[in-house]
Formats: sequence, C-alpha cells, structure tokens
Amino acid sequence: MKALDRKLLRDMWKMKGQVLAIVLVIAGGVSAFVMLISTMMSLNLTRDKFYREYAFADAFASLKRAPEGLKYRIKEIPGVKEVETRVVAGVKLDIKGFTEPVTARVVSVPDAGTPLLNRLYLRRGRLVDPWRDDEAVVSEAFAEAHGFNPGDRFGAVINGRRKSLTVVGIALSPEFVLQTRPGAISPDYKRYAILWMGRNALSNAYDMKGAFNDVVLALDGDADLNDVLARLDSLLDRYGGLGAYGRKDQMSNRFLHEEFRQLQRSAEIFPTVFIAVAAFLLNVVIGRTVLTQREQIAALKAFGYGNAAIGAHYIKLVFLIVLAGAAGGIIAGVWFGKGLGRIYMEFYRFPYLIYELKPSVAATAVLITAASALAGTLHSVRKAAMLPPAEAMRPEPPARYRKTIIDRLGLGRFLSQPGLMIIRDIERRPVRALLSTTGIALSCAIMLAGTFSTDAVDFMINVQFKLSQKEDMTVVFTEPASRKAVYELAGLRGVEYAEVFRTVPVRLKFGRQSYRTTIQGTEKGNRLHPLIDTRLKPVELASEGIVLTDYLGDILGVKPGDMLTVEVLEGSRPVRQVPVTGLAGQYLGVMGYMDMTALNRLMREGNSVSGAYLSVDALHQEELYGKLIEMPRVAGTVVRKDEIRNFYETQAKVLLFFTFMTSLLAGTIAFGVVYNSARIALSERSRELASLRVLGYTRAEISYILLGELAVFTLAAIPLGFVLGRVLCAYIARSLSSDLFRVPVVVNPATYSLAATVVVVSACVSGLIVRHRLDHLDLVEVLKSKE
Amino acid sequence: MSPKEAVFRVRGLTKVYEMGTVKVHALRGVDLELYERELVVMLGPSGSGKSTLLNILGGLDTATGGLVEYRGRDFTRAGELELTEYRRFHVGFVFQFYNLIPSLTARENVAVVTEIAKRPMKPEDALALVGLNERLDHFPAQLSGGEQQRVAIARAISKNPEVLLCDEPTGALDFATGIVVLDAIERINRELGTATAIITHNADIAAMADRVVHLSNGMISEIGVNAVKKPPGELHW
Repeated sequence: MKALDRKLLRDMWKMKGQVLAIVLVIAGGVSAFVMLISTMMSLNLTRDKFYREYAFADAFASLKRAPEGLKYRIKEIPGVKEVETRVVAGVKLDIKGFTEPVTARVVSVPDAGTPLLNRLYLRRGRLVDPWRDDEAVVSEAFAEAHGFNPGDRFGAVINGRRKSLTVVGIALSPEFVLQTRPGAISPDYKRYAILWMGRNALSNAYDMKGAFNDVVLALDGDADLNDVLARLDSLLDRYGGLGAYGRKDQMSNRFLHEEFRQLQRSAEIFPTVFIAVAAFLLNVVIGRTVLTQREQIAALKAFGYGNAAIGAHYIKLVFLIVLAGAAGGIIAGVWFGKGLGRIYMEFYRFPYLIYELKPSVAATAVLITAASALAGTLHSVRKAAMLPPAEAMRPEPPARYRKTIIDRLGLGRFLSQPGLMIIRDIERRPVRALLSTTGIALSCAIMLAGTFSTDAVDFMINVQFKLSQKEDMTVVFTEPASRKAVYELAGLRGVEYAEVFRTVPVRLKFGRQSYRTTIQGTEKGNRLHPLIDTRLKPVELASEGIVLTDYLGDILGVKPGDMLTVEVLEGSRPVRQVPVTGLAGQYLGVMGYMDMTALNRLMREGNSVSGAYLSVDALHQEELYGKLIEMPRVAGTVVRKDEIRNFYETQAKVLLFFTFMTSLLAGTIAFGVVYNSARIALSERSRELASLRVLGYTRAEISYILLGELAVFTLAAIPLGFVLGRVLCAYIARSLSSDLFRVPVVVNPATYSLAATVVVVSACVSGLIVRHRLDHLDLVEVLKSKE
Repeated sequence: MSPKEAVFRVRGLTKVYEMGTVKVHALRGVDLELYERELVVMLGPSGSGKSTLLNILGGLDTATGGLVEYRGRDFTRAGELELTEYRRFHVGFVFQFYNLIPSLTARENVAVVTEIAKRPMKPEDALALVGLNERLDHFPAQLSGGEQQRVAIARAISKNPEVLLCDEPTGALDFATGIVVLDAIERINRELGTATAIITHNADIAAMADRVVHLSNGMISEIGVNAVKKPPGELHW
C-alpha cells in the first residue's frame, strides 16, 4: 500500500467518530432508497409475473344479464383475444362463532374447469366439482382470518336461499390481490370474502342459465383499449352494462398501483434529504481536515506531489466514506426491504414474493451518493489541491472576529464572556451555523414527514366515521326498493332510528372528460349521515343540481354553474343534464351528491331507496344481524365500529414499521449533524478551551461554551424543522392524493413533540460523547502543540 | 569564485506580495549562484526575504520579476505542472516545523517521497544516514523534535536530490539537538555531494558553510567565503 493511502486510512481512523456519523447518515439514506425501491420493484416484478402466469384480464365489465350468445359478438371486437363470461354476485355469509356481518363476492368458475382468465392459484385443496352446488373455493386471506381448512363448512345466503357450503380449496387470484369490499377504505379479511363456485350452481341460483352478468377480456398486445371498451359498452348497453373498464380502474390493480406510486415518491423524498445532509457533513469534515492538514499538504507539494495527486487523495477519503455508507446502506436496505415486503404480503395476496435487488438500483444509490458527496466537498478538495505551497507553510491566519449585532445593539453587557463567545462564533460563520441548524431541522422534518400519516389517518377517520357517518350500521339492498322496505327495517327489534339513502351508478361527462362513479342521494336534514367537507362544514344540497367532490371537479374540469352530463348506469339508463351547484372537499373517494328527491326525480322514479343507515341498540345487535342475514332484500350490512377497528388492525403494522424506521433514520441525522458540529468545534477550539481551563474555568464552564453553541443550533432547529416538516408533509400529502383518497395535512401536537424529542435526545447523546472528550482535554499537550 | 558548475543562477529577482492595498516588497533584486557540492548559509533577520528566496528556489513560489535558472533551465515563469515535476525530481526540502505527516511512521513519511521519485534510496537507508535506523516504526508524536527534524531530512534526501533546501532547520530545536541535525545535513552535503542551502537567523551556523549570504531588506548585503569550514560539532550559540 502506498504511504499516502496509509495516511488516508489512519486519518480516517483518527476521526472515526465523525466518519461513523457520516457513514450512518449515508447508510440511512441509501437503505431507505434501497428498501423502498427494491420493495417496489420486487412487488412490481411479482405482480407482473402473477398477472402473466395467471392471465389477469385486460378489460372488465359488469351488466344486468345478457344471453351467453353475446359472447361471440364480443369476441369479434377487433383486438379481443379471449372472452370469458361469468356470473358474479354478492352473498351474505353466516360463520359459526363469528357474530359480525360478513359479505362475499362470489365468482363463477367455468364448468369445464379452471378459468381462462384471472386463473386461480390453488394454495390448497382443489377446484369445485362443476355439478355440486355446495362447494366453494375461498380466498386465502379470508380462510386465514377464520382458520378455514378444506373440508370446513360455513353458511351462505345465496339469492335469499340459505345454503351450507364446504370449503374445497383455498386460492389466490390476480383479480383480488388486494381484497377490498367496494367502498371500503381498507381490506377486511374477516368480514369480506371472495368465493369461487361452479358456473352451473351459480346460474341456477341466480336464474342465469344460458346467460351471464360479468365478462372479462384479454386483448392483443396492440389492441386499442379505449376502442375495445367503447365497442363493449355499446354491445352491453341494452343488457344493463355498468360500463366497461380497463386494468387501470380495476380495484385491486388500482390500489397496487397507488401503493407503488407511494413507495416511489417516498423513495424520492426521504433519501434526498439524507444525501443532502451527508453532503453537508462531508463538506464540513473535509473542509476542516484540509484546514488542519495545510502544512502536510505544503510538505507533500514541496516534495513534488501535484495538485491532482493532492485532490485525488481527499477525493479518495470522500469516496471511502461514501462506499462504507453505501455498502452498509445496501445491506440494511435489503434487510429492511425483505421485512417491508413481508408486511406488504399480508395485504397483497400474491402466491409468492420474488425479492430482487437489481444491481442497477444499488449502483444508482452509490452513484447518486458519490456525486452528491463530491458536489458537497468539491470546494474543499479544490482548495486543498490549489493551495499554494509557500502559503500553506505559514500557519492559518487567526480567525477574524468582530463585534456582533448584539454587541452593537448594546445587548452584549447582558451576556457573560462565554455567552459572548458563543454569539460571536455563530455570527462569525453564519453560513455554517445556518447549515448546521438546517441539518438538525431536516431530521426534525423527516421525523414529522414520516409519522404525520398516523395523525392524518386519525383525522380522516374522525371526519369520516365520527362526524360524517354516525350510523351504527349500513344496510344495502340488492336493488332499489320502495320506502316500505325501510319501514320494515325500522320495525326490527333493536333498530332505534333509520335514515334512507339512494346510490346510483353513473358516468359523469363534461367536455371530453368522463368518470365512472356513483351519485349519493341523501334526505334533507338527515342526522345519521350528514355530508360535511374537509373544513368540517356541512355541505348544502340544493333542491336541484349536483355537488361534486372537488377532486372530481378537477378531473372533469367543471366548476359551479357548469352543466354536467349524467349517464345513469342502471334501470332505464336515462341521460340527463344536471347543473353543478358546488364542489366539496372530501378525503375519501370521489362522487356526486344530490338531494334525494332531486335524484329520484332525475331517475324518474318514485321514492326509491338503495339502503338505510341505522342507529341500533347495542343489546340487540347480534339478534339483528341474524335477522338481516335472513332478509332476501338485504345484500349486506356494514358495521361502522368493525370497519374502524379493522382499519386500524390492518394498518397498525405498516404504520408501526414506518414510524420505527423514520425515528431511527431521523435520529441518525440529528446525531450525525450534532456530533460532527461538536467534534469540529472541539478541534477548532480545543486550544482556546484549554487556555480557559488553565485560567481557572471549570469543565462545566468550558462545556457550556462549546455545547452552548450546539444547544442554540438545536433549539433554533426545532421550530425550523416544524416548518420544513410541515412543508414536506404538505408535499407528500399532495403527491399521494388520488381519486381514491386525499391525505389531509394534519400534524398533532404529540407528533411535534415526538419529533422534537428525537432531535433533542440525539443531540444530547452526541453532546455527552463530546463532553466526555472535553473532560479529558490534556491541557499541557494542547497548549504545547502549535496551530 | 569556484570553477564548479552553477546549480542555480538568480538575476534581479523580485517578489512583491499584495496584502490588500499594501504592497510588500519581499525581494528587491537578488543576484546569486549556488554551485554543485556547495553548502551555503543564508543569514538574515526575519523579514529579510530569505524564506521567500528559498521558496522560489524550491519551486514553491514564483517570482514577480527577474530570472531563476536551474541547471541552465529558466523556470521563472514555469507553470504548475513544470514546478511540480521540478520539486518531485530535483529538490529536497526541510522545514522549520518538520511538517511530518502525523499519521505516518518515520519510515512511511520517507516512503511518501520515495514512492514518487525516480531513483530513490530505500527509506531505511535514508533514515540510517541521519542515524534513525532504530526508530523506523515510530510515529512523529513518539519522536523528539530533533528526531522529527532528522526524519524530515531523511525524507528530503531520500530521493537523491540535486539540491537540499533547509528553512530554519534548527529553529524549533535546542542547541544540542540542533547540532545533531546540522551534523546530519553536513554529512549529506559531504558524502552525497548535494548542493545545500540553509537559511537561518542564527549567525553562528554560518561557520559550517562554504559561503555565507547575508540578506537584509530583500537584498543581498554581503557574500562571505569561509576559508575553513567548522564541523557542526564545533559550533556554539
């Protein structure tokens, strides 16, 4: 090894504390990057493989009922490769020992055996016998949640008829990677199931002999999706088609897509902050190193080392630190990535997870870090390389101090001498003070950005379920019914109060834009389910016209006063022009809201209702579930309390994982910045501090001078961090918002205090380490050495 | 004058530093030769311009005006690359404060130079020449000031330079240690024939030189020739 390289390694060893702090910050950034990107790519890869091998369909459509023969006309649509018709229905389940309402979506399996499209991955057991009507294959998540094994039985109410079904197989499908009840905010594996039954059995139960009510298509690679969807829609129109859609709007696929987008966005934001902080720390440390090694540089130059050799020497130092950090980060990132992948696998039901770290991802992480580190240190390295040797041999001129603003304002006399030293030192190097403060503030900001989602979710849940949905349960009818049906409900024992609603599937069109959603009709002055916006204000529904979720307004490009075309997708499928009377901020989903009477009028129907919100006496709840299961008109029941609990149960692990990771990473940044600032300050001022000790200052007093400055930085950093964090939260919230949900920027005081605590604790830990060194300052040695 | 060939030829050398608005004339027209195998002591109080002169001869600094020739080659206007090459292959430099690299041992400090030189000695041999063969693996912090300066001399001569330039080599040392260091320099000059320039403000050292150049106020005030050189062991101050 070259002597100069040996110097490099020993220099690194000598400042190992600082090097370690920077290595940790780099490792933090790289591991976050690798974790997020590798998880995203692995899930992507897994998804693509699963979709390909299990023939995930390209287009989907539901309809009321069409003769099987229509299949051949669908197949003639240019670009269609494969058509599969199905019978799909909603059923109610009755599971022994589980008293809450459970609903399921049952999908037919061709009698000839396995489906052509959306094929099943059989985890256990077998497919259904086509001639048996009491067998079902159940989705894995649901089977796990209830501990079902092949051979177990459960009750089901299929089109009003109670049946006992036997589990014959447990399966996964590319169509239901994320198994979420339509309209729900998170997957609920206990209360929502996917079942697969024989086509013959389902056709008999639903009077679909020689007919179908759902169709899925596979397209040729070069097919024009929009054209196919339009042609399919026109074919299905007279059979009660609910509008065809592509993969993009398929529920499970859609959620996956959003999750990947979220991972991608996080992978852009978090590592960027780390790498910026690492570049700053390297800048400070290398700058200081070059300064203390001025005379060594002069000597090396005097012996004929050129500028390039000197520059390369310090660049090597930077690269070694970067490599150490990147290597550690990649190893940790793979480890975290696998952990995150396992957590995701509980949500996303793939048969397997192919975890893969592409070398290009690792290389990108290293390259980005190295480039940023280089950018951060180029100034110092250049300074070292260009240092004129004759000048370098003279010791550095003493630092220039001047009277500060505080002195000039005459406030100096209120400060002790050490206090003045702190203030003057900060004022003398305002840029470094600012950067140090910003660095610490960034850790605080990261902490907020990483943990605010809990607050945002709490807030959303509060608005959604406590202020806006006060009902105990929602009962949905199989098809629009008259108000009499509600009186029937209201008469059940345990029902204290009932309120009706009407939901109509529609396609909204404005100009060239269109969007498939529902219009929700509510009665004036309803108590259980008031419509409120994101500012918690009640939304007024005029007796004519429609109010849209503001996000939907943006998608369609409408504003209040515009006329919107509403294509109803049920019943006689009228097409109407409706004035937009307002836009309302909402956190979940996008839809239209109308006064119920106005909606009934638009539908040219009487007082039709789609379901009811009930307030229920808890004492009779279970009895009520039993009754509702038996009612043929009732398609399903959702209990608010269960939904909230389920939401927290499913999210808890992910949130905990992210909170833990973020605290760890934010702590690393705070520690890295404070520790480095302290060590640099110590090396710059040890002579000065030792002199003060000789003059009779105590250890505590000189610690105050050194650490006081850091305390000032840290204290200033916290409010700045709050502001930066808030900005970061807003950015994250905005970039994550989609028509599925909008994240509110809500940060609770507890989250602020947690962030501040992590920063202060990290700062204190590094302060204590430096204090320990300060206590062991060798007075004689320090004063003897020159510089 | 000696019939030997000149290593350095300096004519009308000037150096002006600009310190803000103030111009400092460090050298105001110096004419000088340094010959092969010769040992020259340059004397002068601080501010006389001797360090500036040495730095220019060593290729660490460039002149404002005048001419500097090294073996007939003019490097008054040499660029960074040329100066680096010159320093790398021709000059050995000894600093007042040793400028050793604290993270390297004595042997490694010498190796820093031998690794980039054309026909270097072995670091061990260079250290043996200054009597430090027993302390090869000690770090600078484990060596006394005199030992450190001898490592610096070993480092300077290890490349077999044609000139050895010493900037106050005993400036930071006590008398006895200073003598040991001067002894090492004198031995190098005598045994290897390396042309040597020592700058000092200590007039007593002048007795070991072939010639003594007196500098004051940026100019050469006098050049003396010692008919008899005293060995360092006989010096006193």
